[in-house]
Amino acid sequence: METTEEKGAAAMSERTAELAIETSQLVKTFGDNRAVDGIDLAVPTGAVYGVLGPNGAGKTTTVRMLATLLRPDGGQARVFGHDVLREPNAVRSRVSLTGQYASVDEDLTGAENLVLLARLLGHRKPAARDRAAALLAAFGLEEAADRQVKNYSGGMRRRLDIAASILNTPDLLFLDEPTTGLDPRSRSQVWDIVRAVVAHGTTVLLTTQYMEEADRLAGRIAVIDHGKVIAEGTPGELKSSVGAGAVHVRLREAWQREQARQVLARTLDAQVQLDADPVALTARIMDGGTRDRAAAQASRALAELDEAGITVDDFSLGQPSLDEVFLALTGHPAEQADDSEQDGERESVEAAK
Amino acid sequence: MSTASPGQATGTSESPARTDQPAVRDYVPSAETIAAVLSPGARPARPSALSASVTFGWRAMLKIKHVPEQLFDVTAFPIMMTLMFTYLFGGALAGSTREYLQFLLPGIMVMSVVMTTMYTGVTVNNDIEKGVFDRFRSLPMWRPAPMVGYLLGDMFRYTMGATVILVLGLVLGFRPEGGVGGVLAGMALLVAFSFAFSWVWTMFGLMLRSEKSVMGTSMLVLFPLTFLSNILVDPETMPGWLQVFVDVNPVAHLVAAVRGLMAGEVDTGELVWVTASGGVLIVVFGTLTMRLYNRK
Repeated sequence: METTEEKGAAAMSERTAELAIETSQLVKTFGDNRAVDGIDLAVPTGAVYGVLGPNGAGKTTTVRMLATLLRPDGGQARVFGHDVLREPNAVRSRVSLTGQYASVDEDLTGAENLVLLARLLGHRKPAARDRAAALLAAFGLEEAADRQVKNYSGGMRRRLDIAASILNTPDLLFLDEPTTGLDPRSRSQVWDIVRAVVAHGTTVLLTTQYMEEADRLAGRIAVIDHGKVIAEGTPGELKSSVGAGAVHVRLREAWQREQARQVLARTLDAQVQLDADPVALTARIMDGGTRDRAAAQASRALAELDEAGITVDDFSLGQPSLDEVFLALTGHPAEQADDSEQDGERESVEAAK
Repeated sequence: MSTASPGQATGTSESPARTDQPAVRDYVPSAETIAAVLSPGARPARPSALSASVTFGWRAMLKIKHVPEQLFDVTAFPIMMTLMFTYLFGGALAGSTREYLQFLLPGIMVMSVVMTTMYTGVTVNNDIEKGVFDRFRSLPMWRPAPMVGYLLGDMFRYTMGATVILVLGLVLGFRPEGGVGGVLAGMALLVAFSFAFSWVWTMFGLMLRSEKSVMGTSMLVLFPLTFLSNILVDPETMPGWLQVFVDVNPVAHLVAAVRGLMAGEVDTGELVWVTASGGVLIVVFGTLTMRLYNRK
C-alpha cells in the first residue's frame, strides 16, 4: 500500500480501491492478558464495518490502537495506508474517535465543547462558532447549546460526542459501542446519524455487543472473541453459515401450543422449541437447504396450522440471528449475563425487521 | 428477512421510536442536514503550537467560569495560611506580628502558590478518567498543547492566589521596600517558577492511577519542600543536616529571590538559581510528562 496524497482527484479515485484499515497479526497485551491476540482486519472504505463481540473481547483495545491512542505490542496496522506507529499524525488527520465513554468535557456547555474542538482543528474563532452552531442544529442540540454537558441526557451526550467527531469530516470514524446504555429512541437516532454519515462517504468502524446493531448497520462484520477474529463476512454470510433459518410462531391461545408443535415438527421436519413465552414456539430448519426451500416449507406450515384450526397471531421466517451465529461459532452466548439491557434488546431484534 | 403475518402483530412491536409519531420537540436526524454539515469545504491547516496551547488555556478558564468553587484553593486557603502563621508565630519569632509579616509574607505567598500547583496533577488525572483525554490525544496537533494549556490556566490561578495574599498582607501592614515594581517582579518570578514546577504534577497526574494517589504523592513532596525551608523561620537555627537540605531546596531559593525582589535588594545569585532550577524542572519533567502522554 502506498502513501496516499491528500489532495487531487487522482488520489480520490485511488481511495475507492484503497482499504480504510488493514491490520495483520495485531497484538496488545496487558500483563498476562492478551487483550488483542493476532487480529487481521481488512476494512473497505465507504461503509460501516462492524466489530462484534462481548465485553472484554478486545474491541476497544483494537480501536484504541487504530486511533493511535495505544501502541500495539506486535503486528502491523495501517489506516489509509499510514502505519499507526510510524505516521501517527497522518492517521490522526483522517480519523475521528467517539469513545465508549463520552469524550466531551462535562463541565463545558455543548457549544463550548464544539468550539473548543473546532479551534483545536485549526478553525479560526468565527468559523469555529459557525461550525459549532451548524452541528448543534443538525444534531438537535440547539436548545441545549448553552447548557453544561453534565446536565445532558445520555442520548444528547452521545449525539454531541458524534457531532464532535465529525467536526473535521473525517474519512474514517471510530464509534466504540455508540449505543451502549441508550434508550431505544436515542439508539435509533444514533443509527440514523451513522447512516447519514456513511452516505456522505465516511467509513465507519463500529464496535458493538448488540447483534441487532451490527446486522442493521454493517456491510461486513468481524466477530471477535478473546482477542481473535473468529468469523468475518457480510451479516448474511455469517448467518447462512449456521443454517437455513428459523420459523417463529406466536399463537393466540396458549393451550393450542402442543398441537402447534406437532404440526410444525411434522411439516417442517424440524426441531421445535417451546419459548419462555407460553404462546410462542420456534422451529429451526436444520437441513441446510436453500432460503427458497425454507420459505416454501414455512408457507406450507402456515397453511397446515390454519387447517388444524390453530389461531396464529404472528408468524415469521427469519434467518438465524447473529446471537445464534455467535453461539455456533464460540460455543457460548455472546451476551453476558451482566448486561441487563439485553432482554429488551433481543425482543426487538426480530420484530423490527 | 421475509415475514408473513396473517394475524398481524399484536405481540411483535416495532421499537417505539419507529412506530410512534415522534413528539413535536423530539429530535429526528435528517440525512440532508447531517450531509450539509459534513461538507464544510477544505479542512483548515493544523493550528500552531501556540494557538493550540492558548485554546487549552481558554478551556481551563471556561472550567473556572462554570465551576468557580475550584478557586477556593487560591482564595480561602491562602487567606487562612497567612492569618494562621502571622498570628501563630509573629509574637514568638519576631516580637510583633507586624514585624514578622515583613519577613513572612513573601514566603507564605510562595508556600500557598507552590502548594496550589498540585491541583494540576489532580485535573490531569480527572480528565484522563473522563475520556475527553482520548479525544485530545487523537487530534493532529502539537502534542504538549493540552499540558501547556492546563498550566496556562493554572498560571491564572497562581496569579490570583498571589494577589489575594498580597492584598491581605497590605491590609495587615506589609510594607515592601521594593515598591510596586519589586512586588510585581517577585510575583512574576513566583508564577513563572510555579509553571515550571507544575510539570512534576502533570507527570504524576499521568502516571498515578487515581486522584487520591495524586493528592497523597503531592503532599509527600510538597510538605518537606515548603516547610523545610526559609519560609517560616531563618534556617540558621536548624541542625546542620537540615540546613544542607534547605540549601538545595529550590523552594527556599525561590523564597530568597522573591523576598529580595520585594525588599528591593535583588539577589542575582538566587535569581540564577531559580531560573536554572525552573529550566531543569521543565526539561526533565516536561520530557517525562510527554513520554507518558504519548505512551498512555
